[in-house]
Amino acid sequence: MESRTTLKTLLEIKNIETFYGLIYALRGVSLSVQSGTITAILGANGAGKSTILKTVMGLIEDQPDKGTIEFMGKRIDGKETEDIVRMGISYVPEGREVFEELTVKENLLMGAYLRNDRAEIRKDFEQIYEHFPPLKARENQWAGTLSGGEQQMLSIGRALMNRPTLLFLDEPSLGLSPILVNEIFKIIKNINSQGVTILLVEQNARMALAISDFGLILENGRFVMKGTARDLMQDKDVREFYMGIRSEESAKGYQRWKRKKRWR
Amino acid sequence: MGELVQTLVSGIAVGSSYALMGLAMVIIYKTSEVINFAQGEMALLSVFLTYMVLEYYHFPFYVAFPSALAFALLLGFFLEFAVLRRAKEPNVLGMIIITIGLEMILMGFVSWKFGAEPKTMRFPLSPYDSLSLGEIFVSSLEALTFVVALTLMTVLFLFLRYSKLGIAMKATQQNKMAARLMGIRTNRILMITWGISSLVGCTAGLLIAPTIMQPYMMWDPMLKGFAAAVLGGMTSLPGSVFGAYIIGVVENLFGGYVSIEFKSAVAFFIIVLVLCIKPSGLFARHYVKKV
Ligand SMILES: Nc1ncnc2c1ncn2[C@@H]1O[C@H](COP(=O)(O)OP(=O)(O)OP(=O)(O)O)[C@@H](O)[C@H]1O
Ligand SMILES: [Mg+2]
Repeated sequence: MESRTTLKTLLEIKNIETFYGLIYALRGVSLSVQSGTITAILGANGAGKSTILKTVMGLIEDQPDKGTIEFMGKRIDGKETEDIVRMGISYVPEGREVFEELTVKENLLMGAYLRNDRAEIRKDFEQIYEHFPPLKARENQWAGTLSGGEQQMLSIGRALMNRPTLLFLDEPSLGLSPILVNEIFKIIKNINSQGVTILLVEQNARMALAISDFGLILENGRFVMKGTARDLMQDKDVREFYMGIRSEESAKGYQRWKRKKRWR
Repeated sequence: MGELVQTLVSGIAVGSSYALMGLAMVIIYKTSEVINFAQGEMALLSVFLTYMVLEYYHFPFYVAFPSALAFALLLGFFLEFAVLRRAKEPNVLGMIIITIGLEMILMGFVSWKFGAEPKTMRFPLSPYDSLSLGEIFVSSLEALTFVVALTLMTVLFLFLRYSKLGIAMKATQQNKMAARLMGIRTNRILMITWGISSLVGCTAGLLIAPTIMQPYMMWDPMLKGFAAAVLGGMTSLPGSVFGAYIIGVVENLFGGYVSIEFKSAVAFFIIVLVLCIKPSGLFARHYVKKV
């Protein structure tokens, strides 16, 4: 990580604010993702993690209300989702969102919708089946009939079929068994080592920080902490509030709470 | 016996034009879950345009028919783009109202422009020529309609099953957001869907026109086509075609042996019956969502 001082910025989010109608969900969020890294966004339920990803993907109509988003030096805020995907960002949404009445194979084929290089597509199919063997066995089964974990694999596989430069993962470990969680994180690391930059949203802070280079902590629509994953893992508050590790006795709990409040 | 077979064959023959309308409605329903009650009148407009090209400007068939199909395609694109897409946060009821509104506008336009009296349009085949198979007779027009319906069904079926665009259409219907995340331009997909559907409807119209041509000509085939589509489960192409044959045959049997006055009502009696016994239609293969 020390050698990465000359990293290129792939995604640059500056001070975005997002509303859902009157609900003020993102209150000035800035973030940059460096090429080749894994960046993790951590935060409690309702903090606005998914909203960041959806805003960048152009999925929330007329948002962001304020601020700018640049991908590879080009402004993408206000663009259509389809065009953002074409520029090289793929998004694995929270809750899988597979095409339930298409087969596993057809789902993956839709992932490669923008590509025409048949031979390469076939290779990618093989690679995805290698990452996720259960998918191979269920190739011709409707995606809606897969288990939750298998659907998660399919959703990730489908996003990879577009050969994205930058991959967004929204809670990939949600609802998976502990063994599968380990497995998924290993695969994420593996995908990253093949050159895909990753922005990861997670509840599982320990696992997320373990594979990430950078981490950010979101509370009520604002980042309250940013740093290298290593620093965050060592931070007392992060350990206590996001990893559930108590370093001191509970008498101090009250003071910690106050300290946490100050971040906002 | 011969009479019975004749009734069956004639039923299938009528069923073929219902089948085409049913296919047209299924295509739109499959991608956008809109029940398009303007389907018949979209075809009507294309048919009257063909009439104009043939009878006013005296163009030959090989110009008139392709231009009719091209017009139908553009009409489909246009209506989706100009009307359907404008609906903000559409729901099923709203969409039905919109298509019924469209239906009335198109029908009104045709009545106003061409008048309500019946017309005759030239056609390469006369509806009164018949082919005989032993003692069974079918008109050559009916035979043509039958072949066209089966061919279109097969082509559309293969298109949706195997082509990338066809699969993208299904993906768009199943999960629009996810489809956009694949880079699929879902708006364009919907437009294409309406175009193709309008094209199929126009084909039905052109095959019906030689027998009956006036502003109300498409209303009955459209309703029967819709009934057929419901019988087939609303999303199945072969289902809607078989549904159409069932309606055509039962209707003819009923008309032949029971009552000619209630012939048309039979289609809807069948629907009610099927919906009571198997609400998802005879051919639906919808899987049940796991909770
Ligand atoms: N479609 C919506 N309409 C209105 N409010 C919304 C909508 N989506 C999210 N919100 C609100 O915006 C806030 C942020 O939601 P978001 O989904 O980004 O949270 P999150 O950090 O991803 O939470 P989780 O960890 O539970 O997924 C929440 O308060 C939520 O209620
Ligand atoms: Mg979320």
